[in-house]
This record gives sequence, C-alpha cells and structure tokens, in this order.
Amino acid sequence: MSTSQHLQDFVTQVRRDILRQVHQVNSGHPGGSLGCAEFFSVLYQEVMDYSKDFNMDGVNEDLFFLSNGHISPVFYSVLSRSGFFPVKELNTFRKIDSRLQGHPTTHEGLPGVRIASGSLGQGMSVAIGAALTKKLNGDSHLIYSLHGDGELQEGQNWEAILYAGSKGVDNLIATIDYNKKQIDGATDDVLPLGDLKKKFEAFDWKVLELKEGNDLDAIKTTLETAKELTGKKQPIVILMETEMGNGVDFMMGTHAWHGKAPNDEQLQTALSQNPETLGDY
Amino acid sequence: MKTYKNTGNIDTRSGFGAGLAELGRTNPEVVAMCADLTGSLKMDEFKNNHPERFFQIGIAEANMIGIAAGMTIGGKIPFTGTFANFSTGRVYDQIRQSVAYSGKNVKICASHAGLTLGEDGATHQILEDLGLMKMLPGMTVINTCDYNQTKAATIAIAEHDGPVYLRFGRPKVPNFTPEDQKFEIGKAVALTEGNDVTIVATGHLVWEALEAAKTLEDKGISAEVINIHTIKPLDETAILKSVRKTKCVVTAEEHNFLGGLGESVARTLTLNHPAPQEFVATNDTFGESGEPLMLLDKYGLNAKAISEKAEAVILRKE
Repeated sequence: MSTSQHLQDFVTQVRRDILRQVHQVNSGHPGGSLGCAEFFSVLYQEVMDYSKDFNMDGVNEDLFFLSNGHISPVFYSVLSRSGFFPVKELNTFRKIDSRLQGHPTTHEGLPGVRIASGSLGQGMSVAIGAALTKKLNGDSHLIYSLHGDGELQEGQNWEAILYAGSKGVDNLIATIDYNKKQIDGATDDVLPLGDLKKKFEAFDWKVLELKEGNDLDAIKTTLETAKELTGKKQPIVILMETEMGNGVDFMMGTHAWHGKAPNDEQLQTALSQNPETLGDY
Repeated sequence: MKTYKNTGNIDTRSGFGAGLAELGRTNPEVVAMCADLTGSLKMDEFKNNHPERFFQIGIAEANMIGIAAGMTIGGKIPFTGTFANFSTGRVYDQIRQSVAYSGKNVKICASHAGLTLGEDGATHQILEDLGLMKMLPGMTVINTCDYNQTKAATIAIAEHDGPVYLRFGRPKVPNFTPEDQKFEIGKAVALTEGNDVTIVATGHLVWEALEAAKTLEDKGISAEVINIHTIKPLDETAILKSVRKTKCVVTAEEHNFLGGLGESVARTLTLNHPAPQEFVATNDTFGESGEPLMLLDKYGLNAKAISEKAEAVILRKE
C-alpha cells in the first residue's frame, strides 16, 4: 500500500498550520501536535466515517475524542481542512473572541469538538461513555480517542482502563501518543510508565504496537487492524510511538518544544522544511 | 398560620429512588450509574427493571462523571448516584471540565449530604457542596426538603436540558409537601404567610423552619416561611417580595454559611433591598460523628436555632 500524494500533502500543510498558529500568538504546544500530525490526517482523511455537517450527538458516525487537549493546533488544522469550519479561522487560534481556545472546548460551539479537554486524564472516561451510548442506540459506529503517554500518570485513566477492560467495551479504539516525553523531560525520568503493553493487557485490553507512529501507511494499517478487532469483547489500544516535533529537524529528539512557540527565524526554517501544499490559511 | 401535616417520616433518598424508577418507566433516554452505593442511593428498582440502562461503575467516581458526560453524546440523560462528598469534592475538576464547561446534560444526584449523614462523621458529611456546585457556570443546584419533593424534583430535572446537582439526604425526615406537586426548577414555594420575619430555608431545614414558625407564632411573631429548593437559579423575586414586607430574613441550610444559600440571599438583598439577615448554617467547621438530631442541635441547625435567629434579626430592624 502506498500513501497517496494527497495525504502526504495534507500532512505537510497540517505541519505548516501548527507552526503558524503557535508562532502567531507565541504560545501553544507544537511538539506533540507535530508528533501526531500523521495520525490525525489518516484518521480524518481515510479511516473515520463521519459527517462534515456537525451534530453533537453524532449518531451513525464514528466519533473522536482528544484527551490531551494541549495538542489543539493539530486538531484544529485537521478539523478545518476536513471541512468542519473555515480554514481561515485558524488565524484566530488563542485570540480573544475565538472558537479556537487554547484547549479544545464545546463552549464556543466549534464544529468537530464534542468535549472540553485540557485538564488531563478525563478523555478515556468520556470516550467509554460515548461508546456505551452507541451500544444502547444500536449504532455500530466506533469511538476513537487519543491520549498522551505522560497523561497516563493521571489516576482517572486507570479507573477508565479497568472499567473498559472488565466490562468489555469493544467499540472503542484508544491510541496512546507514546513519544516518551512530557513537559519536565523524558517520561522515564519524570515518572516511568513501565511496560505499557503488559499493563494494558493485564487490564484485559487488546494491545496493538505501532512502532512507526509517524508513518502514514503504518498508521493506516494499524487502525484498519484495530477496526477488525472491534466487537470481540475487548477494548483496543494502540501504543503509537511517535517523534515529538516530527517534520521539523530542530524540534525532534527533545522535549523542549512541548509547549514553546518558534520565533520568527525558527518559523521560517521550520516552514522551509515543509513547503506549502494545500495553501496557507 | 397555615400548618403542614407530616404524613410519616421517610428519607429523601427514597424519593430519589422512586423518581428514578418512574423515569425508567416513562423516559427511555434516562440511564443511571452508581459508584458502588446502589442500595444507599435507592437505585435498586431502576437497576432491576432496566438492567441494560444501569451501569455499575465501581468505586471510581471520576470515571463515573466522565462516562456520564460521554453518554450524553447520542442523546442519553445520565443520572449519577453516590454520596454528596464523592459527587462533588472528589470529582470537582471532572464536573467542571467534562460536564459544566462542556455543557453536558448530566444529572449529578447526591445523597447523604450534610451533618445528618450522622455516625460516619466528617469525612462523609460534606458541608461545602452547594458552594462548589453553585460556582460552576451553567450548573443548576437543587436541595430538596422531603420525600415527595425529592421524587418530584428527580422527575423534573430529566426534562431540563443542562447539568444539574440534586442534593438530598440519608435520615428519615417528615414528609409534608404534596404528593402530586409540580416541581418547578427555580421557583420558590411559599409555605406560610407572615409579616414580621422571612425564613428562607432549604433541604432538611425546611421542616425545622415550619416548626420554628409555630414557636414564633406562640410568641406573637408572624413568620413567612419560604422553601427554596433551587439554590441556583435563585428565585430572587419571591425572596425580595417577602423581605420588602417583613424587612428582615433568616436563611437556614445544612451547609457552611460560606458559599451556601445564605450568601446567595445576602447578595440578592445587597443589590436590591438591603435588610438585616441572620444565618442558620454551620460556622466554617467540619462535622463529627453522632446521631443526626443531636448533631443538628450541637451545630445550631434546627427549629430552636431558627426561632432564636428570627427573634435576633427582628431586633436589628430599623
């Protein structure tokens, strides 16, 4: 399977959107956003079945929940370029009177967002709730969610992981952005997560390991495998190993760009590594 | 003075259970969930009649609030059940972000509120929950006074689109409001007419306020008792109308004076019609183990305390 030129162009443009959003307001989180640009692009361009005519209830649609809300720049870029709201609205990111708050919210009515996130550790529970309602409604569509690896240090996740495993919530595909970095440094230095695969398996989840978490083909293959594994009395988690800051050479291999915007010169360098494809906002 | 008959002592949590059971029969979108206190919350009838719509979450309240928020997406109306302390203080950030800020149609139903939880003591006797919940933008906050009102409120909040905190309690208390009452969120219920003092009461202290009014009547003092079951939005019109007549007020609640009903009433008066006010509430303290009635007496939350404060506030009138 080879990735379409469109998808490659899409990801490149998403990277530009991320960089330009955080640069413009000198704040926001580019590192994790860049690390998940490929995942979001594949999910919204090739995997999920959804309506661009946004409706909160999302009946007969696949739904996505972003738990690590600080990577809002990638979420906003992909939502807008997938047709949920005008791309030019990215220009309002983190500014006053904007629907594009620092962390995603339903409060200002931004299409594509179904829950507020930012305070970490809450998205898994919400995703489980949405999955339970899908079952009650006889709706065979799936729930996708994304969580930071450092975010798994929040205890609520383990309440949710226990619940979903024990109760067999099998219409849920959770992905962990396993970049092994968090604000204060390497996750192994801050609070080691240990063997995540064994931990999820011990909680009765089906674990898929995605070593090439920035490879479009590998992401798509893994998500398609995950879809085939739904409906088998087990929730599914993808441990997606990503590179924080992917696609910008000086942002990779460090946690320094978790929550820091590039300056003018750095922005130009970063953009030159990701030439305009679908048109800047 | 109009008097009220106690048709028999019964716990308000059983009113919740009865209301939830009725919703189970009448509203297929209602789902219920509990954090290992199904019996204490009287949710068994709903659970037994609608096992597919009942979710045992286990002792994991944060997860319960998040699941409830998620379940609204697709049209369900989740009712969560646990003790008031675990319904609020333990999960404040989950309620704040996933429910209130996200504008989710979750009904947070909380039993064992206040001192009348009794012997379990201060770890469980939350006296701060009304304040925590009323500070959240968009949150409706209700504290019911007896079985019938709790049942009616439970049914009514299912029809309200938005997050609700419904607070009730553990002990058997007088049941005196009409069985067939229509519960209107945000609408005060005038219980007695009077000219000398207004008594604004909520929850278990409404009956105590009626008892106080009888004592006051024997002393020639006419008290106007108002049942405020909805702390937020507050029926300011009803309160102001009464205080304009009586020119003073006593507020009564099983809650800390900080952040409770009394402070909401004080704000209303300060902005619109300043008048002397006395507070029947706990005085910035934790509770302790003991029998409910003895605790109410020790902490000054009963008819005796209300009538004493009424006499005191009348003396402060211009």
